[in-house]
Amino acid sequence: MPDGPAMSTTTSRAELTGVPTRPPGRRLQGLALLAPPVLWMLFFYLAPLLILLAYAFWSVDYLTVTREFTLENFRTVVTNDLYPRVLARTVFIAALVTVIDIVLAFPIAYFLAKKVTHHRQLLLMLVIFPLWSSYLVRAFAWRTILGTNGVLNSFLEWTGITSEPLAFLLFSKEAMVLTFAQVWLPFMILPLFAVLDQIPNSLLEASADLGSNGWRTFRTVIFPLALPGVVAGSLSVFSLTMGDYITPTLLGGPGDQLIGKIIADNFGTANNWPLGAALVVPLLIVIFSFLVVANRFGALGRSAV
Amino acid sequence: MSASQHVNARPADLSKWLMGAVSLLIYLFLYLPIAIVILYSFNETKVSVWPIQTYTLDWYRELRTDTELINAVKLSVRVALVAAGSAMVLGTLGALALDRHKIRFKPGIRFLIVLPITLPGVVTGIALLAYFSLSDQPLSFWSTEILGVTFPWPLIIAHITFSITLVLSTVSARLYQMPRFLDEASADLGASPLRTFRKVTLPLIFPAMLSGGILAFTLSFDEVVVSLFLKGRENTLPLLIWGRLRLGLSPEINAVATVITVVSLLGILASTLLIGKAFWTGEARST
Repeated sequence: MPDGPAMSTTTSRAELTGVPTRPPGRRLQGLALLAPPVLWMLFFYLAPLLILLAYAFWSVDYLTVTREFTLENFRTVVTNDLYPRVLARTVFIAALVTVIDIVLAFPIAYFLAKKVTHHRQLLLMLVIFPLWSSYLVRAFAWRTILGTNGVLNSFLEWTGITSEPLAFLLFSKEAMVLTFAQVWLPFMILPLFAVLDQIPNSLLEASADLGSNGWRTFRTVIFPLALPGVVAGSLSVFSLTMGDYITPTLLGGPGDQLIGKIIADNFGTANNWPLGAALVVPLLIVIFSFLVVANRFGALGRSAV
Repeated sequence: MSASQHVNARPADLSKWLMGAVSLLIYLFLYLPIAIVILYSFNETKVSVWPIQTYTLDWYRELRTDTELINAVKLSVRVALVAAGSAMVLGTLGALALDRHKIRFKPGIRFLIVLPITLPGVVTGIALLAYFSLSDQPLSFWSTEILGVTFPWPLIIAHITFSITLVLSTVSARLYQMPRFLDEASADLGASPLRTFRKVTLPLIFPAMLSGGILAFTLSFDEVVVSLFLKGRENTLPLLIWGRLRLGLSPEINAVATVITVVSLLGILASTLLIGKAFWTGEARST
């Protein structure tokens, strides 16, 4: 019951001030305020999503879309041996990136929440700031770093560790995972920091006083309490990785395509919109399942953005 | 005298230093690509090898004469301004309604409004592309010229949509912290709802609105995943960078990225200072 305390303050506040005396115009006022943003979202988000789903049931006939009902696209998605493999690969890579980010985010989030006494605000800002420098350029910077004539290879040769460039660095699954883990890391650190910051120090001290070592305290006290933050961060990282096509284009090899890239290609060069729309459906199913799980952990509304 | 204290203090200190060291490594990991981009914007040759042989400012000089780039920056600013401005209005309206009014289906409405940043950008991009293509017109049909400059509406609409989410969450957070009795006191003293809004609520939430607006501006200015599907004839800056990146990274792009990074830094600083000020005024007024 994460909402418990907040809810009780609102009710008591309402009781104290006797708010139930609502003027009749008040409900209308609320609707008038809500109408513009909600209508916007209905017209320019929900309706386009539904139209996109409608495309999934249409077919393409030499570059023109035929608006007649068919299940052919879904049959292709399920039976073609490429797409299920791509989807499995995407889920695997998204999960791997999420786990790596949890492992990387924990020490820094815990350090900021519990160990730092000075300049906490500044250090937190330093975590957020990379998010606001161009994502495109950060992803591309990894290509500069990992390329055959790139920074890392020439650095290794300069120091004498290697004598010729390592070609396997770029255009690989590893390069994609590294890039994803780096660009999305702040999305994991922030919600994790928020939950760790809420854990009272007395709980940690009590655990230590009762004889738990650091690992046991982490396993039985810190991690369970931090779980909503972990789930919220995972939701962002997982969802961002699932749908991305920039990093696979820039850093993935020919055999490492992810579902986002294939969807994007179908709306671009491959020009098969109905198939692309049908490929969105499994993507949405995976993400909505994650949302349902996140909701059960009370993690919604905690993600960084 | 401090023997026992020392024994007690030691492990805590050690773990603090250890964790600090690990955190420092993670900070370095976070900033490595940005550092590389900035460093290699001063590289004279186009090959990014270590160590840099000759440093130069030529790439920054070239930026000033690159008209294609300047036009892209202008379009990006235009899109980001319209998106952030519209979202400041729409997002604030939504935040006020959700925080201050009893509304049916509130969880559903909240869900609808956060959906654009929960679902991958590629979905938003192709959904709007499919939507506008129902008319069987090319996307450029939906651009208009006002006072000699183009406004590509599909792109702008997409940017407004995710910006609303940003502004709404920033303003909602502010409203949640704001004591409700301020509005009630104003009403008790006989102010009309409009007057209460103008004299009490608006001044208190304005910094949060502006802060959300600045964040929206920054995000819009950098957006590429959604925009790639919705571009009309002209490129925004990130779209131009995307186009040129595929030909290989030139130090000039590093120079542009450096400039954007510095501008974003200023935006974030301004936004944070505003939120900080909002905290301050909020506390000063509630005591």
